[in-house]
Amino acid sequence: MHNKTVAELSKGLAAGEFSSVELTQHFLTRIAEQDTKINSFITVCEDDALTEAKAADEKISAGNATPWTGVPFAHKDIFCTQGVKTSCGSKMLDNFIPPYDATVTSNFKQQGAVCLGKTNMDEFAMGSSNESSYYGRVTNPWGENLVPGGSSGGSAAAVAARLTPAATATDTGGSIRQPSSLCGVTGLKPTYGRVSRYGMIAFASSLDQGGPIARTAEDAAMMLNVMASYDKRDSTCIEREVPDYTATLNKSIEGLNIGLPKEFFSDQLDAKMQQQVQNAINELEKLGANIKEISLPHTELSVPAYYIIAPAECSANLSRFDGVRYGHRCDNPKDLEDLYMRSRTEGFGEEVKRRIMVGAYALSAGFYDAYYRKAQQVRRLIKNDFTNAFENVDLIVGPTTPSPAFGFNSKGDDPTAMYLEDIFTISTNLAGLPGMSIPGGMVDGLPVGLQLIGNYFDEARLLNVSHQFQQATDWHNKAPKNCL
Amino acid sequence: MQWETVIGLEIHAQLTTQSKIFSGSSTTFGAEPNTQASAVDLAMPGTLPVPNEEAFRKAIMFGLAIDADINKRSVFDRKNYFYPDLPKGYQTTQLDHPIVGAGHVEIQLKDGSKKSIRIHHAHLEEDAGKSLHEDFHGMSGIDLNRAGTPLIEIVTEPDMNTAEEAVAFAKKLHGLVSSIGICDGEMSQGSLRFDVNISIRPVGEEKLGTRTETKNLNSFRFMEKAIAHEVERQIELIEDGGEVKQETRLYDGEKDISRSMRSKEEANDYRYFPCPDLLPVVFDDDYIEAIRKTLPELPDVRQARFIEQLGLSEYDAGILSAENTMAIFFEATAKTCNDAKLAANWIMGELSARLNSEDKSISGIELKAEQLGTLISRIKDGTVSSSGAKKVFDALWSGEDNNVDKIIDAKGLKQVSDTGALEAIVDEVLAGMTDQIEQYKAADDKKRKKLMGGFMGPLMKASKGQGNPKLFNQILAKKLNN
Repeated sequence: MHNKTVAELSKGLAAGEFSSVELTQHFLTRIAEQDTKINSFITVCEDDALTEAKAADEKISAGNATPWTGVPFAHKDIFCTQGVKTSCGSKMLDNFIPPYDATVTSNFKQQGAVCLGKTNMDEFAMGSSNESSYYGRVTNPWGENLVPGGSSGGSAAAVAARLTPAATATDTGGSIRQPSSLCGVTGLKPTYGRVSRYGMIAFASSLDQGGPIARTAEDAAMMLNVMASYDKRDSTCIEREVPDYTATLNKSIEGLNIGLPKEFFSDQLDAKMQQQVQNAINELEKLGANIKEISLPHTELSVPAYYIIAPAECSANLSRFDGVRYGHRCDNPKDLEDLYMRSRTEGFGEEVKRRIMVGAYALSAGFYDAYYRKAQQVRRLIKNDFTNAFENVDLIVGPTTPSPAFGFNSKGDDPTAMYLEDIFTISTNLAGLPGMSIPGGMVDGLPVGLQLIGNYFDEARLLNVSHQFQQATDWHNKAPKNCL
Repeated sequence: MQWETVIGLEIHAQLTTQSKIFSGSSTTFGAEPNTQASAVDLAMPGTLPVPNEEAFRKAIMFGLAIDADINKRSVFDRKNYFYPDLPKGYQTTQLDHPIVGAGHVEIQLKDGSKKSIRIHHAHLEEDAGKSLHEDFHGMSGIDLNRAGTPLIEIVTEPDMNTAEEAVAFAKKLHGLVSSIGICDGEMSQGSLRFDVNISIRPVGEEKLGTRTETKNLNSFRFMEKAIAHEVERQIELIEDGGEVKQETRLYDGEKDISRSMRSKEEANDYRYFPCPDLLPVVFDDDYIEAIRKTLPELPDVRQARFIEQLGLSEYDAGILSAENTMAIFFEATAKTCNDAKLAANWIMGELSARLNSEDKSISGIELKAEQLGTLISRIKDGTVSSSGAKKVFDALWSGEDNNVDKIIDAKGLKQVSDTGALEAIVDEVLAGMTDQIEQYKAADDKKRKKLMGGFMGPLMKASKGQGNPKLFNQILAKKLNN
C-alpha cells in the first residue's frame, strides 16, 4: 500500500479496496519500524490519526468523501496543529501546543485527510541539511551517512522512505526543492501569496511559502489543491481563484518555450550533475518543447542578498520567543534581562543565533543602507531578470542543487559553504516565483533534481510539464533500498 | 541673559475603533486583564496581522481636519525592542511613509492673538500592553488588553514658545480629535497622551538648543507645570555653567519633580525596517474624498458660526466651540432659552467654575443643557432672580431634582411680580421709614441713587426675598419721586 501514490490511494479508498483505518495503521506501523533509523518524524499522531481515519471511513461509506478523505499525509512541524505539539525543530518550542490550526492545517482537516504526524526539520527552517534540528538529524533514505537536505528534510525523507504518501513543507530559500532533489521526490514551492502563511511559523516573512512534497507531480497537484486558498488572516495572501491543478496535467507541452539560464550551468555545477540535467532537458525536447539559452545576470548576487534579507526578517520574527508567554523559559530568572538572555540562549541553537545576530547587525543604525537597503535593491534586479526572461520563455529549467546528497558534517565549520547549497533555488524566493524540483536522473546511485521555475501563478504549468516528464521517465519511481 | 523656550509636542491619540489595529479583539477600556487579547495580540507563533480599515479612515479624517497632505501610499515598519508588554518584540509603526503628511493647527491665546502650529506628520501605530508592578509579590504582571489598540502619533514642529501656547495647542488638538470622533479624549484613561520636547536658546539665537523629552503627560495642568519645571531646570543648568543632555525625562506632577529616564546613549537602536507581513497601503483620491464628506463640522468652522450667527465674541466662541460636548451643550442651552449670550455667560461663568473646581467634564455631570436653558428663561421672564437662580443651579448640579420649576417652587424662589401686591409691601415698608424718606427727598440726584439702596433691603426682607427687585425699584422710584 505504501508504494501507491495519493491518487491511487484516493481511488482505492473510494472503491473500498481498503479502509482508511487499514491504510493509516499500515503507515503508522511503517513509521514505528523504520523511522528509528531515519528520524523523519518529531511527533507521530497515532491516536488522532486513527480517530481521523475512522471518521473518514464513515464519510466514505456515507458518500461524503472528497479526494483526500481518509488519505494519510504528514505536516512539517512548522504548521500549527491545534492540540498537537508544534516545535519548529527547536528546543524553544518543545513545550508549545498551539490552541489553533494553521490555515493549511484546517484546509486538510476540512478535506478529511488523516495527519500521521509532524515531520522533522532544521530549527526554525534554517538550514540545508537538517542537521540543526533540536530533535536530531534526519538520515537520507538513500544513504545512512547522507543528509536529506533541508530545511524540510523530514518531509522529503519520509516521502522518499514511503513512510507517508505526501507531506507539507515550506520553502524560504530552497527548503522544499533542495531536500526534494536530494531525496528523489517531487516538491513545489508556489508563488509567494498562493498558500496562506497563517499559523506557519515565520522564518523570513517575505520569502516563506508553504508547498507540497510528494512522489509525483499528480500528487503534488492534489496537495496544492488543498493547500492553496485565499486567506483574509494573511495580508500577503493574494485573492485569486485556485484552479484545479489536476485538470491540466495531461495537456501536451508541444511548442512550450523553455529557457536554460547559462548562469545555472556554471562551474558551480558538478559535471555529472550537468550531464543528468542535460539528459532531462533532452527528454523535454522530445516531448515537443523548444529549448533556448537565456541569462539571469544577477544570479550570483542572490545568495549574499538572501543572507541579508532572510536573517534581517528572522531577527525580528524570532523576538517573540522571549520566555514570557510560551515556549522555553530559563529556570529562576533573577531579573528581566536574565530571563531574556538565558531563555533565548538556551532555547535557540547555533545556526538560529547566528542568523539573528547577522540580521540584527544588518539592520542596525549606520549599516542599514549598506546591507538591508542594498540587498533589497539587488532583490529588485533579480526580479527584473526573471521578468525579462519570461518575456521570451514560458518556463525556466535547470538543476535544483549543485550536487547530489552530501555527507553529514561535510560542510565543516564554514556556514557559507552550506549557504551555497541554495545557489540555484534562492533567486525564485527573492522574486516570489513558483519553483519545482522533480527527480531528473541519478548520479553515483543518488537522485538529482531537475528544477522548473514558472512565471507568477503558473503552478498549473509547472505541474503539467512535470507530469508529462514523469509520464515519459521513471526517475520518480526509483526508491531507496529497503523502502519498497 | 534672556532665554527663549522652544517646544514641540508628540501626541499619542487612541483611535475609537471597535477592534484593534491588526486583530479582531475589542478595544473597550477597563475589561479584566487579558480578556481582550487574541492569539494575534499575544504574538503566538505563526499568527499574522490584518490591518483594520477603520483605523486608516480615522487617521485620514485627522489629516483632512488639519489640512494635511494624505500620503496615498503608506508603509508599516517594525520598531524592534524587547519589553514584556510588547509581545512581538517589535512595535508595528510607520517611519518613512506615514499616512498623514505636513499640516497645521491654529491656536488662539488669551490675549486674542493667533498662531499657526505646523504638524510635521502623523502616523499610525499599535499601542503596547501594560506592565503591572504591584500586587505580584516582587514579580510583574502583564495585561495585553491594550496591546494592538490603534494609535495615531502626531508630531508637531517646534513652533511653540511658552507653556501657554503648548497647552492651548494641546487643548485645541483635544477638541479637534474628539470633535471629529476619532478619539474619545479621555486623558485619565490614557486615550490622549502628550510627550513634550523642550529646549532653550538665547533670544536671537537661530540654532536650537539640546532638547529633552518629557513623556506621558496626561493632563493639561501637569503639562503646564512640567514645562515650567523643565524650562527652569534647563536655565539653571546652563547659567550654572552646565549643559543640557539629550534625554528622556519623567515628570511627577504631584511632587513637581522630574528625573532622567534614559539618556541618548542608552536609547535603543530600534533597527527599523519595513514590516514584511503587511503590504504598503494605497489609497486613491475617491477614497479620500469620500472620507472628507463624512467629516463633521470642525471647531474652527463652528467658532465662525457662533460669531456670525449667534453674535458671540471671538474669545467666547473659541472656548464654546472647541469641544464637541461643550459645543453641543451650549447650543442646546441657547436653543432652549433662545438667548445665546446669556447661555454663553452662564456656561463660561457659573458652569465652568463649577467644572474646574470639581475637576469634571461636561459629559460627567448631572446637569442637562435643557435644564440650564429653562433656568435662564426663568431669569429672563422674571420668575426667579439671579441670586435665586444660583440656588436652583446648585440643586440641578447636585442632582437633587431635575425640574427647574419644581425647584423654584419648593425652595420658594419664585419672585412676586404682581405689582399690586408689591405696591402694598412698598407702602407698608415706607410707612415705617419716614426719616429715610425725608433724607432722600432732601438729597441731590447722585446721593439719591445711593439712598435708594437703603430701601431695598427692608423691601426684600418684607417680601421674604421673593419680591421682584426690578419691579420694587420701579414702584419705589415712582413713590419717592412723587
